[in-house]
Amino acid sequence: MDDIIVKTITRLIVPFIQVYGIFVILHGHISPGGGFSGGAVLGSSMILFTLSFGLPMASRKIPHKVTSILETSGILWYIIIGLAGIYLGGKFLVNKEAGFFMGQAGELISAGIIPLLTLGIGIKVASTMITLFHTIIEED
Amino acid sequence: MKKGLFIVVLAGLFVLLVSSILKMPSLGSVDNPSYNETATYYLENSVEEAHAPNVIAAIITDYRAFDTLGETTVLFTSIAAVISVLSINHQDKKKGGDING
Repeated sequence: MDDIIVKTITRLIVPFIQVYGIFVILHGHISPGGGFSGGAVLGSSMILFTLSFGLPMASRKIPHKVTSILETSGILWYIIIGLAGIYLGGKFLVNKEAGFFMGQAGELISAGIIPLLTLGIGIKVASTMITLFHTIIEED
Repeated sequence: MKKGLFIVVLAGLFVLLVSSILKMPSLGSVDNPSYNETATYYLENSVEEAHAPNVIAAIITDYRAFDTLGETTVLFTSIAAVISVLSINHQDKKKGGDING
């Protein structure tokens, strides 16, 4: 789409959408939201960028290689945290019994593995949306 | 003869399904069997056990974390399938264009 209004508004609004997505992901254990919804917000910001600036520019911002690495590292991060629970003396993906830092309920750094897992899910969902969209519109 | 049998069987199935739907508890009622002691347990204990005020986050990433791992695996498998199918198509088109052109 070659329209200066769309391009300017996209350039203005994409950082705010991404900050909001990161906020939703990082506050997943305190406020409504979490990995899936925050990742969807992040991914849709990049979809908006691709729609208004075209695929070559978007591929320069986030190449296929980067999204596939993020894709794989999201799920590996999840499994590594689960195995860390076993290493610390609990079961797979255990939270409190393994002795993760629990903190005060309601603060940003608290709740043990919940923010870490939410971060992994958010990265995974965002890169999934971006990869799917880029792969599908690449065919045209 | 065969058609009549079909109609009778399907009518019986229809009556069965509609009567079972009518027996279902109404949507959103407090007396539903799904609101059992599990939901009460999560609501009462998630803040002490997971230190997360967001009970849904506590459920999906603490109590049911293994289920969420399965969900992420589903996402991963779906994207792998889509990429393999689409990129094979892409290469075939290129090769086919060379042969036909």
